[in-house]
Amino acid sequence: MEAALGLMRRIPPKHSVTALSALVSLLPDHSSDLLSQVDQPLQVLCDSESGKEFILCEYNRDADSYRSPWSNKYHPPLGDALLPSDELRKLEVEANEVFAIYRDQYYEGGISSVYLWEDNNEGFVACFLIKKDGARTAHGRRGYLQEGLWEAIHVIEVGPEDETTRYCLTSTVMLSLTTDKESSGTFNLSGSIRRQMRMDLPLADGHLCNMGKMIEEMEGKLRNSLDQVYFGKTKEMVCTLRPPSEVVMRLPTS
Amino acid sequence: MAEKECELGDEQKKEIAKWFLLNAPSGEIQYIAKDLRSVLNDDKVYDEATSEAFPLYNKFHLICLELPCRSGDVLITPYNELEENQFIEPRTAQIVTIDHVKQACTEARPAADEELASPYVEEFRCALDAEILKYVEDAYPKGVCSVYCVDGKDAEGPGCNFEFAVVIAAVRNSPKNFCNGSWRSVWNIKFKDDLQVLEIKGKLQVDAHYFEEGNVQLDAEQEFQDGTIFQAPDDCAISIANTIRHHETEYMGSLEASYSNLPDTTFKDLRRKLPVTRTLFPWHNTLQFSLTRDIQKELGIGK
Repeated sequence: MEAALGLMRRIPPKHSVTALSALVSLLPDHSSDLLSQVDQPLQVLCDSESGKEFILCEYNRDADSYRSPWSNKYHPPLGDALLPSDELRKLEVEANEVFAIYRDQYYEGGISSVYLWEDNNEGFVACFLIKKDGARTAHGRRGYLQEGLWEAIHVIEVGPEDETTRYCLTSTVMLSLTTDKESSGTFNLSGSIRRQMRMDLPLADGHLCNMGKMIEEMEGKLRNSLDQVYFGKTKEMVCTLRPPSEVVMRLPTS
Repeated sequence: MAEKECELGDEQKKEIAKWFLLNAPSGEIQYIAKDLRSVLNDDKVYDEATSEAFPLYNKFHLICLELPCRSGDVLITPYNELEENQFIEPRTAQIVTIDHVKQACTEARPAADEELASPYVEEFRCALDAEILKYVEDAYPKGVCSVYCVDGKDAEGPGCNFEFAVVIAAVRNSPKNFCNGSWRSVWNIKFKDDLQVLEIKGKLQVDAHYFEEGNVQLDAEQEFQDGTIFQAPDDCAISIANTIRHHETEYMGSLEASYSNLPDTTFKDLRRKLPVTRTLFPWHNTLQFSLTRDIQKELGIGK
């Protein structure tokens, strides 16, 4: 299993879908572990009732159906399926509305979904997802990207309510960008990173506020990390292979 | 008797194993091979997959192996392959046998006259090799290069066409720093005697992989076309080397430009650093349902 995860860390991110399905077929007994530990590009369905799109993940799935956060119904319909409690559903509805505004402020487009469900420790778990397609043909406002995809998955385990409540956040960002090049060249940067954060917070401002602030802080850190560290390191590698030179020498061809 | 439906045949397992090996980033195939062996748990399939995948990987990545007795290096490319495991090293006029899976030279012998280019062609090749060597030593801290005759090596004199492949490879493997990268350029030079011109076509590929607590990869490539006139061997060499130097330097510049555009422009198309308001999101107003509409008014979003 460790070897399988090792392979996933080395295979180019753009091939991660193929790599995961290859691993699942080689190790069928480990398929549920692999599917839960390896993040995959996010799929989307359209909620037939509201016409809005929602993101699919393990946390809104039951059998082969997925629950929409807008209508709280499973697609395709499923009898006797898992649903959050009324109280949790209320919080879920509000979370989706507010998160959609947050999403619009930072992403200027894209799709978001939030799913909540009870867990065994008197608390609950929340999953916030964002999918942004920044390609020129999709939601990219400035037209720099031929292809661009940002997918964020934030899972927060919320502990039982007390003087302070414990929030454990695990965030994964998967990203891919291909810049637009008029000539026959391509420049593609893609990758994924995962981080965790834990905080104990009072409930004065409410769960949504606490979770929202954590996610905002985490996304900011991940974005900076990707930009400065990850992209920066690959750039550093390229400059080490062939140091850029200011002088271009060309003798006249007689 | 119905087996599990996802039970794979040996042939399918082998193909999957080969896929993993062939998609290993530069310098990482041995690590991938090790993990793969564990996952496969079937040495027969593993051996078959590695014996088929390693030669392809090695030639695609233009790996560089040390010659026996430390007499230099040899590049493994599709352009200097004589037979399955035999490659020619023209600078030292040797034929080398290698073990693809171990990525090492097993033996070397001097090349016979018939295996080398004719003296006429060799004069051009040698002059070009010297110029390229100078360029590579200058531009690449750890670059390796070679010039191979890929067509017309037996041309006796003027009146014949021939073709060279100039291969430049620079690799940096820093597994302890979780970082690997490679720069590969291949330039095809067609010497057209009838038209008295040289047709130059180049392809540059750059990869970089950083994987500390994550997995980020750069994958960039570009193709070029150029030409110059057919001259004496030394003049051709200088002209070709300058053309290559010019294009590669320009490409390096465009890579740098792509990177510097990232934070403010391209990345912004995916996610801004901050909202247009330049402040963090006002989560504190989310205590109650009805306040959601207040936020929307505050942020100026119309309903």
